Amino acid sequence: MDWHQLWVIISAPDNVPIVGLIPLLCFYIYLAWKQAKGNDDLIAELEADPAMAKTHHRKTWPFKPGWQKEVHVWPFLLRIEFLAAIIITIILMVWSITLNAPLEEPANPNLTMNPSKAPWYFLGLQEMLVYFDPWIAGVVMPTLIIVGLMIIPYVDTNPLGSGYYTWKQRKFAISTFLFGFIVLWISMIIIGTFIRGPGWQWFWPGQTWDHNRQIYEVNRDLPDLFGIASNAGKMIFGALVVGGYFVLGGLGVYSLFRRYMAKDFKRMSLVQFSMTQVFLLIMLALPLKMILRLAWHIKYVWITPWFNV
Amino acid sequence: MPEENGNGGANGNGGANGNGSANGNGKERVGLLQRVKAGVQADVQALKTDIPTKAKEQMDGLKDPTKTQVYTSIFRHKHDDTPRNRALGILSNVFLHLHPAKINRDAVRYSYTWGMGGITFYLFIVLTFTGALLMFYYHPTKVQAFRDVLYLEHDVPFGKLLRNMHRWAAHLMVIGVWLHMFRVFLTGSYKKPREFNWNVGVILLVLTLLLSFTGYLLPDDQLGFWAVTVGTNMARATPGLGNEGPFGPQMGMTPYNDVRFGLLGGSIVDANALLRSYIWHCIGIPIVASIFMIVHFWRVRKDGGISGPAPVMLEAEGDKPRR
Repeated sequence: MDWHQLWVIISAPDNVPIVGLIPLLCFYIYLAWKQAKGNDDLIAELEADPAMAKTHHRKTWPFKPGWQKEVHVWPFLLRIEFLAAIIITIILMVWSITLNAPLEEPANPNLTMNPSKAPWYFLGLQEMLVYFDPWIAGVVMPTLIIVGLMIIPYVDTNPLGSGYYTWKQRKFAISTFLFGFIVLWISMIIIGTFIRGPGWQWFWPGQTWDHNRQIYEVNRDLPDLFGIASNAGKMIFGALVVGGYFVLGGLGVYSLFRRYMAKDFKRMSLVQFSMTQVFLLIMLALPLKMILRLAWHIKYVWITPWFNV
Repeated sequence: MPEENGNGGANGNGGANGNGSANGNGKERVGLLQRVKAGVQADVQALKTDIPTKAKEQMDGLKDPTKTQVYTSIFRHKHDDTPRNRALGILSNVFLHLHPAKINRDAVRYSYTWGMGGITFYLFIVLTFTGALLMFYYHPTKVQAFRDVLYLEHDVPFGKLLRNMHRWAAHLMVIGVWLHMFRVFLTGSYKKPREFNWNVGVILLVLTLLLSFTGYLLPDDQLGFWAVTVGTNMARATPGLGNEGPFGPQMGMTPYNDVRFGLLGGSIVDANALLRSYIWHCIGIPIVASIFMIVHFWRVRKDGGISGPAPVMLEAEGDKPRR
């Protein structure tokens, strides 16, 4: 166990934000979960008792008849805002006094940094470079993330859970988002920050970064496993596999929605549903491709003269 | 027309007649010196009573400064602790009128909003302020950029603190934006009627990351240079628009005309890239982000204020229009 190596990584000034983000995320997930549970319990109680549902104020916080429903922004909100500004300023001051912003040697195109890492918030995308060609990891994926985020309000037809924390009313939406945000984005950043060492090789926490380590890894392409040698054959085979994934996956999503989210499915238009299908399958393809690579050393699935997937 | 006998100005008592030519013909002609003397004496006499009276008035007025003209011209309403004045304090202030006068009693709860939107905005202000100060000491040229950072670190008073604050506030802002988006998703706040504002928010998220990324190159050190090299190398692989991307060569893309060349202003990360980065970082993206922020905040209000905490809905109420 090389504690020094671990400390070097954790205490690198530019890694401090991601080190800090982990406990922050845990805290806010807890906070959200606690409120979601409270609301879900209340919903269950009200569902069971329609008479109560008619008169209840529908929040977990206390409310009594005669209490004012609204409060003045001054002072009740502004004092919180001013306090938040002061606290943030203090945090920034202390942080800036105790920890210096990194400054390396002057830029030198002849001396490559190893590992040469992007800023921590882009490390998820850089980690994807291991599994995908740059045009996918660097261009297509960011575009799809942005577009995928933007279509969320237009494909989520569930009217419940607007303006309050809940789990039971939005199980699918919340688990999809958590999967995308925590599993695909944050944990890839954590891998990129703490695990990847020189040559972008995998070093477990506490393992010494060995700049001379060589890994003898023979990557294969999926068509090779099936003994397909000709270029045309590889192209057709890959297209069939990728196409098959989307067709079968699309059927799977359909069967899932029809069975378990019948109400949402009924509310969705064809465009809404097909967009949901496509983006869900692309999201799922990420870990699938990673597993193919890690377990069977498969580099490409679909090989064409112009691009490889 | 007044005669030029010099009477008009000096005749303190006669001035009320306003008849200069009649005076000029008067028989009992009083000497100029005497008249001036009498006038001054009268003035001094009046001064003895007028000034103390005025001074007293002034002092009395100062006992309640809120009634002075200067004060009332600045503050348009009284400051007594009444509901009306509390509301006016928000509504009549250009900075505070972003807020409504009153909000739901539960909307101020920290556990609901996490305060992340406001904190992000505050960090943007901090970054604008520290960034403007840093600009005084920085030249976006290959010769000077790195030296300017060294100068900031070692010679400029509080330069190190300034740079550190700018760096850490930027990181904190990225975290703030992510947590804000996370909260908005978990509370379903993007749902009708806030779909559009969620999209504005996604654009602001991208702009925040781009702001941070363009700033990364500016110290012109190894860290920024290689991070930006790695980052922009991906642009080389843009389908159709990059020289190494799928269908790029077919579209006529070379290292000297593709999208990466456009981003860097050259085929390598060099002086032009530094200048482009600087201009995007200090002028381009902040202006665009500010415009989107204006829309974002405006739409929060126009879409009915912050989304909650709203009363919970039951399954059966899902398809009914709300309230």
